[in-house]
Amino acid sequence: MRELLSKKILQLKPSGIRKFFDVANEIPDVISLGVGEPDFETPYHIREVGIQALQSGKTFYTSNSGLKDLRKEICTYSQEKIGNYYEPNSEVIVTVGGSEAIDLVLRTIINPGDEIIYIEPSFVSYLPCILMTGGVPVSIELKPEKKFRLTKEQLEKVITNKSKALILSYPNNPTGAIMEREDLQALIDVIQKNNLLVISDEIYSELTYNKHHVSIASFPEMKERTIVINGFSKNFAMTGWRLGYALGNYEIIQQMIKVHQYAIMCAPTISQYAAIEALQNGQEDVIHMRESYNQRRSFLYHELNRLKLHCFEPEGAFYMFPDIREFGMSSEEFAVDLLNKEKVAVVPGNAFGDCGEGFIRISYAYSIFELKEAIKRIEKYVLSKRV
Amino acid sequence: MQKKEILSLLELIEQNGDLSELELAIMLNLKEIEIHETIESLKSSNIICGYHTLINWDKVTNDDVKALVELRVTPQGGDGYERLAEKIKEYPQVKALYLLSGSYDFLVLVDGKNIKEISLFVSSKLASINEVQNTTTHFVLRKYKDLGVDFDNKKVDERMVVTP
Repeated sequence: MRELLSKKILQLKPSGIRKFFDVANEIPDVISLGVGEPDFETPYHIREVGIQALQSGKTFYTSNSGLKDLRKEICTYSQEKIGNYYEPNSEVIVTVGGSEAIDLVLRTIINPGDEIIYIEPSFVSYLPCILMTGGVPVSIELKPEKKFRLTKEQLEKVITNKSKALILSYPNNPTGAIMEREDLQALIDVIQKNNLLVISDEIYSELTYNKHHVSIASFPEMKERTIVINGFSKNFAMTGWRLGYALGNYEIIQQMIKVHQYAIMCAPTISQYAAIEALQNGQEDVIHMRESYNQRRSFLYHELNRLKLHCFEPEGAFYMFPDIREFGMSSEEFAVDLLNKEKVAVVPGNAFGDCGEGFIRISYAYSIFELKEAIKRIEKYVLSKRV
Repeated sequence: MQKKEILSLLELIEQNGDLSELELAIMLNLKEIEIHETIESLKSSNIICGYHTLINWDKVTNDDVKALVELRVTPQGGDGYERLAEKIKEYPQVKALYLLSGSYDFLVLVDGKNIKEISLFVSSKLASINEVQNTTTHFVLRKYKDLGVDFDNKKVDERMVVTP
């Protein structure tokens, strides 16, 4: 059968997370810190609007780019958050999660052989999506010593005459790193000089702690060449609704709509109605969730330090990325051993790129009681290994 | 401690009564001594009024009957409501007491072992107060939710064990 299949797809490595999921899922009484989604349920007023939409028969397709009212709300929200005006009729597209937007934009811009620069460690989809589109992935390995931020020098080093675009993913999954205004400012020169597009995946934009998220699109000279990707999953705890969006220059967005209309048609209608409610009345929920994540972040960071597990202090998203190299095991060996011995599931760092080797991702989208229990188990494990 | 921090502290301990002062300090990015002093001061000014455990008694015993009793009263003088409230809330059977707007004045949450005990309490103690014009007693058939906690459904984590 395999000879009948696409070589490109056959060569694609299955997600490291999927592999680990199959192991972890078989073990009873696991405390999992391996989840990449909020522990909060979608706020009830948002769910209620979804229910009403379903009850009143809002069960038809929407326009390809999404409900007009939703696009308007997204543009209002983005104006407030990024400071840019996007035209609701032409510069925004509603997608099936941020993930679809990533795929769409890559399919829209890549010609075979184009090099797409992305950072590692990062979300698992960039590399395979680039490969599936015939692009050439070029990764930049980021280091905890530099707070996992991208520098001008690192970017310059990988640029060739084939470079097409740079994917920025901040606040970052899995490291929790952010880029501040001056960090972004430093890149602009190189980006402009080399005529790069920027794909800015800002899915965790509401989840930064003690500092505000800055979008690279907010620099006037960057707006035209930046495609902002965002969505409702993390910011509004709406993962299962599968709803995201992309903002950018109409020439790009209009081409993305073509791909989207043939592949997907439109994002789920009920989710779109719920998302309007999220944008109109969900800010208080966001503030509440952010405060709660921040408390857990402080707790977990303190506890990892107490256990002398070296860890970069994250300033965004809801992950920590501690260094486990002292134990002389690979990330996968460590994660599997911790799972078998103490029944705590974490994600091996190499699932997020080769340079994640030697690290594990711990999510703090869990109640404080789960975190306390998990830390107790991790402590026991770590002490047994250090003897 | 700033007002915002005090609010965060209160919200946190209202939901999680068993966090230690050290844990609270870590979570709120404050010093343990600040947490300790603030909690002591909140206790002495009766803002923190106690630490209790929320129990679903229905699952433990059949000897637990609750009633919500409406009281219509004719208060005497300017502080009539206050004096009446002082009197009513002294009864150990009274678990909660509210003064309300609307068609009656007080709502009294009464605890007892059985219907008879509560009926007796209402007729002999509450209805017999001079200012009480009439009473309406509603027996609680079932408690679904209390203090924000759903009594029927223990939330289970529906998320998959590992996701990107």
